This record gives sequence, structure tokens and C-alpha cells, in this order.
Amino acid sequence: MNKLALIIKREYLAKVRNKSFVVMTFLSPILMVGMIVLIAYLTKINDNEQRVITILNESDYFSNDFNSNENMAFVKFKGISLQKAKDSTLSLGYYGLLYIPDEKDLEKVAGRSFFFSKDAPSSSVLDKLEDTFQDRLQQRRLQDLGVSAKDFALMDNQFEINTSTFNGEQNLKGINEIKAFIGGGFGYLIMMFIIIYGGFVMRSVIEEKTSRIIEVIISSVKPFQLMLGKIIGTSLAGITQFAIWIVSAGLLMLVAFSIFGIDPSVMSGSHGMSSAIGGGMPAMVPNANQTMQLYAQELFEIPWLMLIGFFIVYFVLGYLIYSSIYAAIGAAVDNETDTQQFIFPVILPLMLAIYVGFFSVFNNPHGPIAVGFSLFPLTSPIVMLMRLPGGIGEGGVPIWQLITSILLLIVTFIGIVWLAAKIYRVGILMYGKKPSYKELYKWLKY
Amino acid sequence: MIQFSIFGEIAYMNNILVTKEVTKQFGNYTALNKISLEIPKNSIYGLLGPNGAGKTTLIRIINQITFPDSGEVFFDGSALLPQDISLIGYLPEERGLYKSMKVGEQALYLAQLKGLSKDEAKKRLKFWFERLEIGDWWNKKVQELSKGMAQKIQFIVTVLHEPKLLIFDEPFSGFDPINANLIKDEIIRLKENGTSIIFSTHRMESVEELCEYIALLHQSEIILDGKLSEIKKAYKNNIFNIGLEVGDGDLLLKEMSPKFNIISSKYDPIEKQFDCTVQLPTNDSGEILAYLSKRGNVNEFFETIPSANDIFIQTVKSKGSYE
Repeated sequence: MNKLALIIKREYLAKVRNKSFVVMTFLSPILMVGMIVLIAYLTKINDNEQRVITILNESDYFSNDFNSNENMAFVKFKGISLQKAKDSTLSLGYYGLLYIPDEKDLEKVAGRSFFFSKDAPSSSVLDKLEDTFQDRLQQRRLQDLGVSAKDFALMDNQFEINTSTFNGEQNLKGINEIKAFIGGGFGYLIMMFIIIYGGFVMRSVIEEKTSRIIEVIISSVKPFQLMLGKIIGTSLAGITQFAIWIVSAGLLMLVAFSIFGIDPSVMSGSHGMSSAIGGGMPAMVPNANQTMQLYAQELFEIPWLMLIGFFIVYFVLGYLIYSSIYAAIGAAVDNETDTQQFIFPVILPLMLAIYVGFFSVFNNPHGPIAVGFSLFPLTSPIVMLMRLPGGIGEGGVPIWQLITSILLLIVTFIGIVWLAAKIYRVGILMYGKKPSYKELYKWLKY
Repeated sequence: MIQFSIFGEIAYMNNILVTKEVTKQFGNYTALNKISLEIPKNSIYGLLGPNGAGKTTLIRIINQITFPDSGEVFFDGSALLPQDISLIGYLPEERGLYKSMKVGEQALYLAQLKGLSKDEAKKRLKFWFERLEIGDWWNKKVQELSKGMAQKIQFIVTVLHEPKLLIFDEPFSGFDPINANLIKDEIIRLKENGTSIIFSTHRMESVEELCEYIALLHQSEIILDGKLSEIKKAYKNNIFNIGLEVGDGDLLLKEMSPKFNIISSKYDPIEKQFDCTVQLPTNDSGEILAYLSKRGNVNEFFETIPSANDIFIQTVKSKGSYE
């Protein structure tokens, strides 16, 4: 059996057999789904709370305006004094009392109305009450002006400009953001993977140093083989873990939602989107229906295969670059506490890529900042993936940028892995010393 | 190789390992300064010196873990090549095992890294586990083992692939006396079976009984090397220990003093036993033996051979700057 394959196999097995790794693999989806379910469930409970509000209406207005719904119930008092109404509301433990005085004019009635409550009232209650007053007052004012409600409704229509490409295809608002969001998802996945499993690689190197097995191993294999085997083995374990997470989280989500009776669309807020993609098209507003179909079509037209292909390319190169840096850090230090200062500069470009991606690429996927960061090798795996759902070539990422980005990434990959391997080779045999920069430079020449 | 004479070629053929002016620097610090050594085949070669003398650096160069700045290394007659690592077994001073791996699994892994097939490795491991009486450890985890137990596993893994050259760096550290003896016997047996062995240590007492050849490394340089018996011969200084039965020891001492350089003496009047240590001008002991045999019954007479430790301290002192 090839030595590299042996190392990969050992690293993989050592990782997946590790107890905390196994626990994390199976506990994380449960925790995550549990959290989501809990939040959804609590939201639902919260929504179900019904507040009871008493009304003492002495005027001639609003007699049919306050009707109970699932959030609020109204109890009407008649023919009692305000003081008595207050007392009974309080003693019955109701939420509050709405007092509408007897005046001739609606404006005056509204102006003198009061809401009494034990504590400061919740804004949702006030909003509801205010809306009712507002509606009535508006109707009255329109009536005074001689405008019919229908005419007013027409006036209120929002205007949207029609957009189109030069070729006459309809442009969809926000489609760029949606596409960048999809790309951002891929980018985020890469970042998380690098941070989690890069850290694993680093800890594994430190473990070999502290257990003093390292010299035994490298008298049999080249340090570079060991480093590469470690990185590949760990990433395979990571892919296994990610796959288990995605599958089990999906299943758990389905099970949990069906048990607790939570409609997933409450959470995702993209009910229309998902059902449009599913082709179901249930009760939607008719003209929105057509737009949704266009969105769905756009999403179908994202070159998914191409995107996944490039995701793999950027993922592999990006992960190899970063994890070899992590391996070199692990080799240069003696224990994990010493690593913090080295890790920060490594995570920095990753963070930068994500933030620049979300703030700049979303607005303008092909602007100068987006282009710059999608060419720079330490950020390109994330930023370029955010741009790619827009397609390649006309209207998308120019082909030269894509090629330059990948070429730069490959050159950087070779350079960084070479440097990291040198530092790794010397560092693994250094105990109890913190190397100076001069020494680090010297290491590169050994 | 062209520049070497035929005689030189033969010298290379008889040595398992030859270094020529090997130099290694770390920054401004010279770890090895022009080290030239010839390590004969089928012998135990002691690489001695205090901590920090450069022993481990030299061993790492032989194992191609690091590389010399200048100089050459020849293994079994030709320049040292990357694939030669499968012909070398190395037990480092800084040695350990993966803590969370099972003993058998780990031994198999390390053996396979040395190029053994899985089946062959299993077969040989079984043999060695039986031999060192640790057969029931196969499924134990390393963290359950004591330090001495882990050392046994490390020893087995080092010798399992039957290398031509074995390098032990402080092999006995961490062993109790019984296990240290067990390992020592195994080392001797390996040598008898034709393996060449480099044995690095700063503990001189273990050198005497094992090594045929030694090299003394001090402050990155070789200050002494050769066959241990010849070195000892060269370093002995004609000191003899004498014991004889005599009626009056004090009188004898008085008579001897002008004639011989007496270093120390002791007389036991009850046993009538006189013991003394004498340094002679030459190695010829005939005169004093004849003189003494006339005075009493000589029951003890032997020359003091310096220990490796004495030689080491003496040599280093003569070079100065040894703390």
C-alpha cells in the first residue's frame, strides 16, 4: 500500500473514531434543529396568546369596529362609570381598558380617547387600536373632501418601472441578490470548512509533536507526505461529517416540523419561492404568480452544474492553501495556546471575503471591488463563488477573470504549500523554542 | 568516487556508513563541524558525548530528516539515497506513540510505513510480541500502557523491518533494569545476526559492555574515535593494583616509597594484608613483581584500565571548556 494512502487512511480513521468527533457529528444536527424548532414553537406560542381588552364606549362611533381576533378579544362595557370600568378591568385581570368619551365630533372623540393599562402597553396592541382610529378618521376626512374611498385606493398604488436587458429579456428585481446569496452560501460553506477542519489539521500536528511520535514517522516518510496525508485525511473526515449533518438535519427538520405541526414556510419566509420552484403554485395572487414563475425560471437557469464544478475547484484549492498554513502553524508552535496570534492573520482574509462579498458583491457583482477580491487568491474562493451564479461570459463573470483567478490560485497554492512544507519540516522537530523570523527564513533553506 | 584509491573503495565496502566532513549550521550556531566517521559493518558503534554535542543532529542527517549544509554521507558503499530509509531503523530519543490508537493497529501502521506488507508485518509482530511477552497487548490503547511498556512497542517497531543499520538514541532511558537488560540482550543478538548498530548516549557505563567502536562528540566536533579496546590501551597510564600478605606493612611502605611512585596504600595488621596502587614509568611490571614476591605472598596484581567515562572526562578536559 502506498505510504500516502496509509497516512490518509490513518488520519481519517483517527478522526472519525474520535469520541468528540462522533458526538459532534450526531449531536450538532439535533442541537441545531432543536434550536430552530424551539424558536419556531415559542414564536407560535407567543402568537397564540390572546389579550382581552375592555371597551367603555360612550360615543356613537366605533360601535362595530372592535372585533375579536386570535390575538385580541374585546369585552364591551355599557352604562357604567369610567372609574367602575377601570376597577372591574383591573380586578378581572384583563389587559387594559379603552375609553371612548361621548363627543359630537369624531375628531374630538378620537382626541379624547384613552387607553388604560396596568403596565406600559405593548406596541402591537396600540398599533391595532390606532389603526382602527386611523381608518375611521381617514374615511371621515376623505368624505369631508369629497373623495371616494375607491378613488383614494387608486391613488395609493405603488409604481414600479419596467426593466429589461437590451435583448428584450425581462429583468427581475432582486434576482442578483438571490443569486449572490446562493453563491454566498457556497462561499460560507468553504469558510466554515476551512476554519473547522484547518483547526483540526493544526491540532493533529501539535498532537504528533507533543506525543513525540513525529520523529518516528518522519524517519519512514517524507514530512511533506505526512502533511499532505494529514490534510487529505482530515478533509475526508470533514466531508463525511458535513454530509451526515446535511442529511440528518434535513430529516430531523422534516420529522420535527411534522411532530410539532409547524409550517416550514413560517420559518423560511419564502413560501412562494419554494412552492414556485416545486411547481405547485398554490393560492397566489394572480399577477404575482407570473412573476414568481419568472423567478423560478431564473433560478432554474442558474448553471448549477457549472457552479458546483467551480465550487469543487475553488473548495479544493482554497482548502489546501489554508490547511497547509494551519499545518505550518501547528508545526511552529509547541501548544495550542501559542497558536492564537498566528491564526488571526489566517482568518482575517476569510472574514474579509465574506463581508466584502455580502456588502459589495450583492449590490454590484461585477464592480471593481468584487472583481479585485475575486482575483486575490486568499479571498477568491469565496468571492468568485458569489459572482458565478450570474453566469460566465456576457452579463456574468468575464472569462478572463475566471481564468486569471484560478491561475493565481494555483500559483499561490503551489507557493504556499511549498513554504508551509518547509516550515513544517523544520518546525516539527523544534521543541520549546519560538522561532525568530530570521530562523524561519533560514528554515526555508534547509 | 573516482578520486578514491582501490584501498579507499575497500574501506567503503567494509563500512555500513561513512560521513565525510559533514557540517550543519542552525543560524549562527554550528551543530556539526566537519564530522568524518567510518562505522564498520556488523559492529556496535557508540556515539558518545554530552547533551548538545550534536549527536542527534548527526543521527537525523543519517535518517535524512535534515540535510547537511556540506559534506557527504555514504551508506553501504554508495551515496545515501532517499530509498535507503527502509534499510535503516531508528529509535529516536524523543519517541512516543499515538495515544488514542490501539497497540497492534499502531505497530502495523508504523511497520507498513517502513515498507512491509500488512501480512508480513502481522506475522513478524506476532513473533516479536510473543518474544517480549506482550502478546496480550494487541488490543490495548497506548494510553493504558506504562512508559516502559510503550518503549517495548517502540523497540519492536524499530527492528521489525530487519534493517541493515539500526540507530538507537538513548535506548535505555525509561526502562527499568530488568527490561533494560532484555533490550540489551536483543541488541547484542541483532548484532550477532549481522546488523550494524549505532548507539548514541551520554551515559558512559552502558557503552563499556556493548560497543566495539566509539566516537566522542564534543561541541560539534569529533574529539576521539576508534576501536574501544585500542583507545583504552592508549589511555591507560601504567597504574597497577597490588595486594600481598606481609608481616610488617608499615616497614614495607617505608622501603618501597623511594623506589616506586605509590599513589595510595592501606595495611590491615590483623589480616596482615597490604594493598597499594602504584604508577610505573613504563608498562613493564616485571621489576616490581620480582621485588614484591621476595617480600611476601602476592595475592592480587592487576593493571587499572580506564573506563570510557574516565577517558571521556580526560579528553574533554584536555580540550578545555567542559563544565
